[in-house]
Amino acid sequence: MNIKLKIWRQKNSQAKGKFEKYTLDNVSPEMAFLEMMDFLNQKLIEEGKEPVAFEHDCREGICGCCSLYINGQPHGPRERTTTCELRMRFFKDGETITIEPFRSRVFPVIKDLIVDRSAFDKILIAGGFISADTGSAPEANSIPVCKHHSDKAFDMAACIGCGACVAACKNSSAMLFVAAKVTQFTLLPQGRVEAVERVKNMIAKMDELGFGSCSNTYACEAECPKGITVAAIAKLNREFLHAKIVAE
Amino acid sequence: MSGTIQVYLLVRQIYLIFKVMGKSVFKLSTISSKVIMGIAGLFLMLFLCVHLAINLLMLLGDEGQMFGKAVYFMTHNPAIKIFEYVLFTGFIIHITIGVLIWLRNYFVRPIKYAVTPRSKTSCFSRYMIHTGIIILIFLILHFTHFFFVKLGWVTGPEGIDTHDFLSMSKLLFTNPVYSSIYIVCFIFLGFHLNHALQSVFQTLGLNHPRYTPFIKVLSALYGIIIAVGFSIIPIYFLFFHTV
Repeated sequence: MNIKLKIWRQKNSQAKGKFEKYTLDNVSPEMAFLEMMDFLNQKLIEEGKEPVAFEHDCREGICGCCSLYINGQPHGPRERTTTCELRMRFFKDGETITIEPFRSRVFPVIKDLIVDRSAFDKILIAGGFISADTGSAPEANSIPVCKHHSDKAFDMAACIGCGACVAACKNSSAMLFVAAKVTQFTLLPQGRVEAVERVKNMIAKMDELGFGSCSNTYACEAECPKGITVAAIAKLNREFLHAKIVAE
Repeated sequence: MSGTIQVYLLVRQIYLIFKVMGKSVFKLSTISSKVIMGIAGLFLMLFLCVHLAINLLMLLGDEGQMFGKAVYFMTHNPAIKIFEYVLFTGFIIHITIGVLIWLRNYFVRPIKYAVTPRSKTSCFSRYMIHTGIIILIFLILHFTHFFFVKLGWVTGPEGIDTHDFLSMSKLLFTNPVYSSIYIVCFIFLGFHLNHALQSVFQTLGLNHPRYTPFIKVLSALYGIIIAVGFSIIPIYFLFFHTV
């Protein structure tokens, strides 16, 4: 298949970026989207041009590195699919594909399509952990865990922190990400201990970093490649209100 | 003169609310500010039900006797007088926090996407500030026609007792332009409410796989009831009422 590409090019974080157009022939429908990008870069290198910078690592949908805002959607048109799992067969022959970086003041562009998502790390440093003694693993059955909660926590732990929620949200809100992390820890007895401080610290950090607030538009849920639902945001709100009103 | 004093009190109240809110509102977390805005909105939604119930009394066909009684109660009961201030505070809190939240959110994405976002979203939630502004303009219009005429700041139609709400309503609603604006504003209010009710449940953390679908239907129904309920009155006076 032959495709036309419209890709955001930006030299560095200070430079003013612009779109550049490319045409790519002989693209196989079996190609992964990132393979297509590699194919393009190979062509650009052979032509003596600067290849397009984009972030990637595992290429199997678990590292959360690949971002890309493809044709008006983070991670492209497929539901519950990361950019790296996207195949070219989901696009039409001759189609123009517009690729932009995730847009948010909190995720500044480093180069071309790569954005700095360290804001998520800062939120996690503020409370996305449990405090436990190191050493040999304790007896597994010493702390009973309800099966239902364990399953739910596991669903939340599926969040790979890719930032699609922020990219999709009209307010660049990180609520779905924070909600997944808070819920994951809060549902388990080991995480429950620090629940009050955790939710307050993570929300305070999220606000301090400048993410927007939640408008309950639910674009995050629609675009999350790992299927985290907005029920998690309600749980986060509940935890936060509990921490602010009841626990103090 | 009493009009001037009332306006002075009004301005003073706005000033006091801002003085109390001013510093604290900027310190509020994004969740807290949404919760406060939501609770104020919920309170306004309850008030709308009362307002609609009283307005619909105009259609009873008893020459406004029941409506008159309701208006008398609403204008003479001291508890309602206090409630008026609470209501006004509710409006100020809801609008101020709403605008502040919108401003914060607007500047988070300085460079917009080139392609219009295609994500599946709840449609009305994206336009809350826009529908909100339309409702605010309507509120100002509403105040001009009732509150300010009562104060003598705006001249009412000739020979009309400005305390006679039924005659004033009839006069205003028999004007097709006023009625059209009124109906359009209430349709937008319906859109606003369609998202508002379900959204406040989510913001307060009340999301449950069994009840949330019901709340969403209830929210849509509430929006429709308010929009249709308030629109029936001008339609009745325009087309079916003979003076």
